[in-house]
Amino acid sequence: MQAKPVALKVLDIVSIILLGVSAYLALVFAPTELVMGNVQRVFYFHIGTAWTALLGFLLAAIFSVVYLINKDLKWDRYQVAAVEVSLVFFFITIILGSIWARPAWNTWWTWDPRLTTAAVTELIYIAYFMLRQGIDDPDRRARFGAVYALIGGISAPITFFAIRLFRTIHPVVIGGDNAAAQGGFAMTADMRVAFFFALFTFTIIFIDLYWNRTRLGDLENQVEQLKLKVTM
Amino acid sequence: MANNVNRVTTTVTADRRSQSGLRTRPSGNFFKAVSAVIWKDILAEYRSLELVSAMTVFSLLVIIIFNFALDLDIKMRQTVTAGVLWATFSFAGTLGLNRSMSVEKDRGCLDGLLLAPVDRSAIYFGKAISNLAFMLLVELIVLPVYSVLYGMNLFLPGLLMVILLGSIGYVGVGTLLATMSVQTRTRDVLLSILLFPVILPVLLPAIIASNGFLAGSALADILFPLAILIAYDVIFIAVAFMVFDNVVEE
Repeated sequence: MQAKPVALKVLDIVSIILLGVSAYLALVFAPTELVMGNVQRVFYFHIGTAWTALLGFLLAAIFSVVYLINKDLKWDRYQVAAVEVSLVFFFITIILGSIWARPAWNTWWTWDPRLTTAAVTELIYIAYFMLRQGIDDPDRRARFGAVYALIGGISAPITFFAIRLFRTIHPVVIGGDNAAAQGGFAMTADMRVAFFFALFTFTIIFIDLYWNRTRLGDLENQVEQLKLKVTM
Repeated sequence: MANNVNRVTTTVTADRRSQSGLRTRPSGNFFKAVSAVIWKDILAEYRSLELVSAMTVFSLLVIIIFNFALDLDIKMRQTVTAGVLWATFSFAGTLGLNRSMSVEKDRGCLDGLLLAPVDRSAIYFGKAISNLAFMLLVELIVLPVYSVLYGMNLFLPGLLMVILLGSIGYVGVGTLLATMSVQTRTRDVLLSILLFPVILPVLLPAIIASNGFLAGSALADILFPLAILIAYDVIFIAVAFMVFDNVVEE
């Protein structure tokens, strides 16, 4: 078994430090929003985790195509890692959004396009893991997983547009305006610092977790092969 | 035994043909293969009536449950009919898809189909079209029954078109996912879990468009959901066509 690479160890530590700094920026440094008050501070991590989760799902869909073309199991491990990390990040996004929505919208949950799409996306990738669990043959597991991740990756954006047939109250803070949105606000310069730092932090944390998870996947694969060797 | 040998030699020639770059066979052959699969399914169904009868009875049961769960009085009916119909169709649909694919798997028919020297996508289209035919048949039985039970006229051309478009999308993805789910350990429970989250973009516009036609809205208001339905159908049938090889490969 190879030791953990030094770069990865450094990245682990950097991630923790960045998370601390980012928390300071979001909770202390950024000014308090006038209307919503302190609960608005949830926004920084909400967007940070949402962005990285979506990045991971996008990567998973791309890895699907790559795997289906060249059938190298390496891409399957990359895909599992991306989906797994993203699933957790997206869950955090939903929880943070819910915490914000309670005071801002006066409800924990509403069937808005973004919220519904987020919930359905979580369910798609939970189904993805349930599908994988039911298959023993690694090649078949990888093929089915890739096919399902691809279908899920295409279906989720269409779900979003389909739910737009209904009204939305989700605010669009960056680039966009929705007259019916509730809880929108304009960012000040200090807020922007906290915001972009949070985006940067979560990107680094995502890369760190993703790297750790692919490394774990590679090790799992080696263990499986060694087991096969022993039983042969 | 002789049969087996015959089969093996055909696949060997087929392999050789595909290796020598002659993979694209004349399209006449492709349609012949598709219609052979459809014909086989329809004949088997005609003789056993397993699938359609199960789906129909189940659909009627679901409608009865909805009747009491939603208290479908005359006012309620106007707003929830489309939702009840689509929920019924999608529940009954998983039943049919599961059955249609597990029959292939259990009796080793899938392997037989795969041995046939035809393009794999012909099998997909054959299965999908016969599944669609069964689903439409069940819908054609459920619609008049619902009409009679609730005194509503459901035979509007617009509504029938939405049902057709929705069923195409549903069956297109459903056939692909059912082919995967029957090959897993948890097959009986897996299909609905796999299918429902990715089928949502069909169900939502279908419900909205059906509601629109039932309420007699202007066509301009219904165009957007119809466009989503058509886009979904086209995209997913194309994707299923491209990836089907991967879900039946041994």
